[in-house]
Amino acid sequence: MSYLPKILAFVCTYCAYTAADMAGSARMQYPESVRIVQYLCTGRIDLLHILKAFEAGADAVLVGG
Amino acid sequence: MADLQRPVTLVEEGPAIGGLMAQLDKTFPTNDCAMCILSPRMLEVARHPLIEILTLTRLTNLSGEAGDFTAHLSRRPRYVDVDKCSGCGECTRVCPARLPDPYNLGLSRAKAIHVPFPQAVPQAAYLEPEACRVFRGKPCEACLKVCPAGAIDLHQTEEVLVRRVGAVILAPGSRPFDARGKAEYGYGRYPNVVTSPEFERLLSATGPCAGHVRRPSDGTEPRRIAWIQCVGSRDASLGREYCSYVCCMYAAKQAIIAREHDPRVEPTIFFIDFRAQGKGFDRYYERARETHGVRFLRSMVSRVTQDPRTHNLEITYVGEDGDLHTEEFDLVVLSVGLGPHPAAAKLAEVCGIETDKYGFVKHPPFQMVSTSREGIFTCGAYQSPKDISETAGQASAAAAAAAALLAEAQTGLLPKAEYPPEREVSQEEPRLGVFICHCGINIAGVVDVVAVTDYARTLPHVVHAEHYTFACATDSLDKMRAVIEEQQLNRVVVASCSPRTHEPLFQENLRKSGLNKYLLEMANIRDQDSWVHQNNPAGATEKAKELVKMAAARAAELEPLKEFPVPVTQSALVVGNGLAALTAALTIADAGYQVHLAALEDRVAFGGLARKQHYSLEGHQYRPYIEHLAARAEGHPRIRWWPNSRVTSFSGYVGNFRSTLEYPGESRELRYGVAIIATGGVEYQPREYLYGRHPRVLTQMELENRLTTEPEIVAESPTFVMIQCVGSRSPEHPYCSRVCCGEAIKNALKIKELNPEAKVFILYRDIRTYGLKEIYYKKARDAGVRFIRYEPEQPPEVEPAGEALAVSVFDQNLKAFIALEADYLVLSAAIRPHPLSSEIARIFKLPFDRDGFFMEAHLKLRPLDFAASGLFLCGLAHGPKYVEESIAQAQGAAARALGILAQKQMVVGGRVARVDPKHCVACLTCIRTCPFGVPRVNQTEGVVEIDPAACQGCGSCASACPRKAIEVLHSRDRQIISKICAIELEEMAAS
Repeated sequence: MSYLPKILAFVCTYCAYTAADMAGSARMQYPESVRIVQYLCTGRIDLLHILKAFEAGADAVLVGG
Repeated sequence: MADLQRPVTLVEEGPAIGGLMAQLDKTFPTNDCAMCILSPRMLEVARHPLIEILTLTRLTNLSGEAGDFTAHLSRRPRYVDVDKCSGCGECTRVCPARLPDPYNLGLSRAKAIHVPFPQAVPQAAYLEPEACRVFRGKPCEACLKVCPAGAIDLHQTEEVLVRRVGAVILAPGSRPFDARGKAEYGYGRYPNVVTSPEFERLLSATGPCAGHVRRPSDGTEPRRIAWIQCVGSRDASLGREYCSYVCCMYAAKQAIIAREHDPRVEPTIFFIDFRAQGKGFDRYYERARETHGVRFLRSMVSRVTQDPRTHNLEITYVGEDGDLHTEEFDLVVLSVGLGPHPAAAKLAEVCGIETDKYGFVKHPPFQMVSTSREGIFTCGAYQSPKDISETAGQASAAAAAAAALLAEAQTGLLPKAEYPPEREVSQEEPRLGVFICHCGINIAGVVDVVAVTDYARTLPHVVHAEHYTFACATDSLDKMRAVIEEQQLNRVVVASCSPRTHEPLFQENLRKSGLNKYLLEMANIRDQDSWVHQNNPAGATEKAKELVKMAAARAAELEPLKEFPVPVTQSALVVGNGLAALTAALTIADAGYQVHLAALEDRVAFGGLARKQHYSLEGHQYRPYIEHLAARAEGHPRIRWWPNSRVTSFSGYVGNFRSTLEYPGESRELRYGVAIIATGGVEYQPREYLYGRHPRVLTQMELENRLTTEPEIVAESPTFVMIQCVGSRSPEHPYCSRVCCGEAIKNALKIKELNPEAKVFILYRDIRTYGLKEIYYKKARDAGVRFIRYEPEQPPEVEPAGEALAVSVFDQNLKAFIALEADYLVLSAAIRPHPLSSEIARIFKLPFDRDGFFMEAHLKLRPLDFAASGLFLCGLAHGPKYVEESIAQAQGAAARALGILAQKQMVVGGRVARVDPKHCVACLTCIRTCPFGVPRVNQTEGVVEIDPAACQGCGSCASACPRKAIEVLHSRDRQIISKICAIELEEMAAS
């Protein structure tokens, strides 16, 4: 199997999380190695969270807000 | 209305609420995503216990009188039970019939049964019988077979519903002009001529080309795009003389967005006058021109023709030089105007209200949200064309007017759920229950839910796991509660659909079983798993396991949060003494609450800037109206009036504010629940054009006063020259004062009325008589008022010429200098904020916009609120506007304030930021970071405090705090990190 990077998406409830739900309603397909972490607001994202994500094995972090 | 504790029936003709805004891509002048700001509001409406939404429904008869109407409603069949449908989309997947998608204005196709759009409220499918095979006599039961909820019912018939109501608010909105009515532009014949609403869909990510604009004829990316303004507006030949208010701005917005999508786009806007009359609009217009390279071409377009080979379009127009030009474009957008919704005519007839010849509602003088029939109110584009923020403000005003009418009536009884006392669990070890939903086959069709359930049982702290066909079904919720009790669970994970729609439901279920609602965590294994990995069941199952593991890891860290009720001080403080302040005070007092009216000036100044005027553009007299209001305010048992007072201190939080009020010889402590800032504005005292140095140079207000008190000045047919934009739209004050064009035309018409032989010249840059005020611009031209356009680079020059003045101006239309001898030079001076507003801003810690007017929380959807809860604004303090607009805004601000006062107590706390005073060094980082201006320094303790009632929970402060002294409850670092660190299935990473 080809390499699939593990991507953690830190997203805002009001926009990007909603967009991810919409992608679901539209049945858009994307690799299942993406994990979405819901934030009330991307303002809450701390550098620490991003570093912890890499430490835990994420290959990339996407911030959407 | 519902926030004022009144039950509301919301009647909508279409299958979903949201109106035109739901179809917009972005909104001007902030370029916010329309759906992002609309969707949370729609969900709020959907969840409100006092709001009943009736879609596909019309009002067919209204009898009775104000305070006691009986409304007959007719509901068309939806063929889908809204309460059963979960919006899963299975029916749409199998439906074989297609129709042009109304949401995308026919630019794409949809199935005969579908959810109107992704964020639709109600989130339920509807069936269009005209497209459905069954209704066309063909056998098909595809949707009936697959619907997991059994929600489809093809035997539904039209239903008649009856509701007894105290007041009616009409808000049918507008319908864009049918561009086929302007045949010379080729819409409907040339594929690459589209309307502005269609272009909005082309730009939208949820539109027919996913936001990547393509030409309808050949799917190529258009480079040269033209917008033609005033299509179906300002057009007497169509019987639509009025201006549609929004088209100039939306064209600029579409041009900017199109270029942002593809920098190769070359946008050109063909326009007559650029109407950027709203707050922040002129800056947006300048930005479009200077930064985004939008080409604005002042012109009259005569026709559009098509090259039959390329489908490119040629626009023929008369340019500024007066010559005929042609230019080729790849795509032409027609900026279509707004008219009343077609259903509105019938609605007006049913309600027995008067409308004007265009179909807009007529209103009594200065009462924009009232109609000719008592108890029936209106708002939005049905009143006259307007933008979103004006609409949102007016909607609040209509609610206030209706609330005043119903002040005596009993308030709605909120269905009070009885909850058992909360179990104390904070000292217990976590005991997790995991509930996994099949969502029919939406999840279980892809994800192996049994495997996920088995896996969940192996996770730390999990003592129970099971799966349900529909976790949200009533019987599942009952079972869930029984399990919580039996197993003494103290944390719950639900793995199902999106928390956006279902979190409140499951939280409620926790409360019913004696658990704090913050002990719930959801894993979205449908929208973000089974739906997006349909072709990989194994991968989707593994992902579901991991999402459940992440949710469980976080759930173990969750803690119960307190939301505590605080009593609301049942009174309001209104600061100001203009019409806005008076109106706001009276609206609140009439609704039954105490008002402190802190007037900045003396009694004689009641009425503010409106008192310095006499009559409106529409010909109504101000004075009697102001005097009536002032007398009512003075005699009102619930209004306490403090003339010449100053507010010198401010503390507390929403529902419980405190201020010191100082007035001549005394000072006094006030307690109040809400405050409305209505400090008003002043007319700019010009330094330009010999003002103050020549007796015949006046401002518009001075002229108005002279025309009223000494009308004989026009007896000898003098010449009046008016200069527009004095102190407005300049580099130092780059905003439009909104009212000056209308004021100049008002006074010009007055002069012509007094003596038709008098001459009036108006030197202008753009005439901005938006909406129905355009009618008066035409009247003025018909009456012989001369309009001469100048450019700011070549402003008029004025010299004294004895008693009179010599004015020289370069006429941009004639391209020649014109010399005028003016008996009176009248300056249309700008509106400036009241000089005392900066003092008020300092005391209340309120923000200004860049022009010194107060800044609202959100330009579009919270135009009357300050970001700090419990504080509201209206009138000229917010920005320049006409008197009747100030009145409507004041009513709206009062309604917003009443929404707080109507709650005897407020619930605060929950997911808010908390400062640890032991670690805080008051470095002020959070104060600079908070977008809502909530953190404040407690001077005595030397630490920052965050008011839980005002905190929005965004967490910006917590992330920015260099000492980690701030934590956001429910989003604490360890709660987030535990979830992040659960991403590896093999083993728990150290946190």
